[in-house]
Amino acid sequence: MSEMKKIKNLKEFSTSADRFEGANLLCPGCAHSIIVREVLNATNDDLILSASTGCLEVCTAVYPYTSWDASWIHIGFENGSTAVAGAESMYKALKTKGRLKQPDRNPKFVSFAGDGASYDIGFQWISGCMERGHNMMHIVLDNEVYANTGGQRSSSTPIGSSATTSPEGRKSYGEKKNKKDMVSIMAAHHIPYAAQVAPNKWKDMVKKIQHGFSVDGPVFINAVSPCTTEWKFDPKDTMHIADLATDSLVFPLYEIIDGHELNITYRPKDVVPVEEYLAAQGRFKHLFKDEHKYLIKEWQERVDANWAYLNRREEARV
Amino acid sequence: MAFDKMELQKIEVWDGNRAAAQALRQAQVDVVAAYPITPSTPIVEGYAKFLADGYIEGEYVMVESEHAAMSGCVGAAAAGGRVATATSSQGFALMVEVLYQASGMRLPIVLNVANRALAAPLNVNGDHSDMYLGRDSGWIQLDAYCPQDVYDLNFIAFKVSEDHDVRLPCMVHQDGFMTSHTAQGVHTLTDDEAYGFIGEYKPMNDMLDFEHPVTHGVQTEEDWHFEHKARQHNDLMTKVIPKIQAAFDDFEKLSGRKYNMVESYDMSDADVCVVCMGTSVETAREVATEMRAKGIKAGVVGIRVIRPIPFFEIAEALKGAKAIAALDRSSPNGAAGMLFNEIAGCLFNTDTKALLSGYVYGLGGRDLTKAHLVSLFTELQKNVDAGKVTTPLQQFIGVRGPKLSFL
Repeated sequence: MSEMKKIKNLKEFSTSADRFEGANLLCPGCAHSIIVREVLNATNDDLILSASTGCLEVCTAVYPYTSWDASWIHIGFENGSTAVAGAESMYKALKTKGRLKQPDRNPKFVSFAGDGASYDIGFQWISGCMERGHNMMHIVLDNEVYANTGGQRSSSTPIGSSATTSPEGRKSYGEKKNKKDMVSIMAAHHIPYAAQVAPNKWKDMVKKIQHGFSVDGPVFINAVSPCTTEWKFDPKDTMHIADLATDSLVFPLYEIIDGHELNITYRPKDVVPVEEYLAAQGRFKHLFKDEHKYLIKEWQERVDANWAYLNRREEARV
Repeated sequence: MAFDKMELQKIEVWDGNRAAAQALRQAQVDVVAAYPITPSTPIVEGYAKFLADGYIEGEYVMVESEHAAMSGCVGAAAAGGRVATATSSQGFALMVEVLYQASGMRLPIVLNVANRALAAPLNVNGDHSDMYLGRDSGWIQLDAYCPQDVYDLNFIAFKVSEDHDVRLPCMVHQDGFMTSHTAQGVHTLTDDEAYGFIGEYKPMNDMLDFEHPVTHGVQTEEDWHFEHKARQHNDLMTKVIPKIQAAFDDFEKLSGRKYNMVESYDMSDADVCVVCMGTSVETAREVATEMRAKGIKAGVVGIRVIRPIPFFEIAEALKGAKAIAALDRSSPNGAAGMLFNEIAGCLFNTDTKALLSGYVYGLGGRDLTKAHLVSLFTELQKNVDAGKVTTPLQQFIGVRGPKLSFL
């Protein structure tokens, strides 16, 4: 059996991560490192980790340094999930053949990747890993943009956001397409567990990660990762932005078990208007011009409709 | 052991794919991550069937593309165990990004390549376009001329690739269809002999050693990248050839079959010679013998180790030749052929007075016939007699329409 950490409070939680070093090159206020620490904190078991090319990768393993005190691999932009799947296959093979050096251990296999590396270029690789049933967890650090290359749009970039390849301008309000619903797509692989998490809701996060580690088979986690650089907010406000994301229901927290059983895991007591979430970020600043204000209304309607949909799914148990 | 051994005949009738699959079985590969593509598919189908029948213990990961196949192989090799796969052509092309990553990460992986043309136009037949595409990928590359070679060279590949002084991936090339699907007699090793020759896999920097976590695939910029690449090249240039030679020597002791970096045939007194790879080597040898009956002293040099290129061995093999033809089975697309350039490089700065000319042949599976080789050797003899190259430096063999020649 896996050994799950029991963490009582935030103070204990903040000091208990010891396998991902604070010594890394991520931006001040980057949510990636917070999420990674929260994930690694959820277990005492051995870890086999990967990162696809992106912010997390280039900031944590610059030769001759590494921020990882667990086995870690990076190959390329699209194939971090398959790297872990390969390692997991080798683990199974060596276990069968009695060649593991520490046969009594119960390692966890986790791949981290950004939304570009997951929603776009690595989509096929992740789908393959989920479909084949590897005992692994894929975690998207979803900052809704190609942050490492300087803020280009991905298929996770939401409508109205100004990205460098979908900039707002005299004749454009920025990104024209809605964000891809990756959690649903992954759940449609009928994997045992898919969930959306946020760094500010750390208890919800730990619960979901621990559940993910306890199931047999592939797990998909989408973690909202507010990006101080590309979302354009003050580095000290990361958790505030994350609070606005979850409490405005722009990033609802829920889980889907076995591809069908949907549970909403967080219901904000006071739902924040989407407008407040948008207003707090420079990437949406132009939406508050008179000619674009209708988009804010559409944003609210879309978020409301999605929330109603999630509630119907939860109620219907399908 | 929870798998069954297989009783093989002393000589089995196998095509190249079957020979490779049997070698993977005897190597008891731990993980195969693979994707089907003609003509290499039967290799990984063979592994799957051996697994299904209990002749192997391991994991077969049926991935969704060749890129994922090599990605899975990299992950599995970094985890710490014996890894192999197979591909051809477009699949090889899709893999190329990860080929460089595998070698740069210094991971031992054996890749069987049933060589096939590259589209467009789409073509499933054998030529060396895929082999040439992977030329600079940092892999050790061995070339098989027949199913026997495929079988034997796989054992060499595992042994050299997994050596802790080497730790570089290795390709075993064979001609698509001409070798991969043509059955011949193959002298076998017993399961114990074969496994004993390669030996147990000895892990190094293995991710699954939980007491010693490792970081694979780091970032290096202008401060360290060059040193890493230089070291990889240095190891290819200085360490690999002696290891291959030692493996060839050990293998000869075990099987009686002798392999060389460069396979010279009737070269001791040859005036004219052909340098080529793959199945063409055997055809050229047959024609060379026939040419000798006609009074032309012909020889053949087959390249066995393509990377690292056996630079001095090639120069040595060709030192007495008066006219040399380099045969490239891939369109150079705007240059002299690779073999032409390699041979020119090997011979420059030597005392050779040899005349070198290049030929492009066999694209998309077009046959290289004995008649083609007869006229080629005859042409080389004319060059010798004239004391200069009497033809253009680059000619196409066997292409329809007006004769194509350049340079």
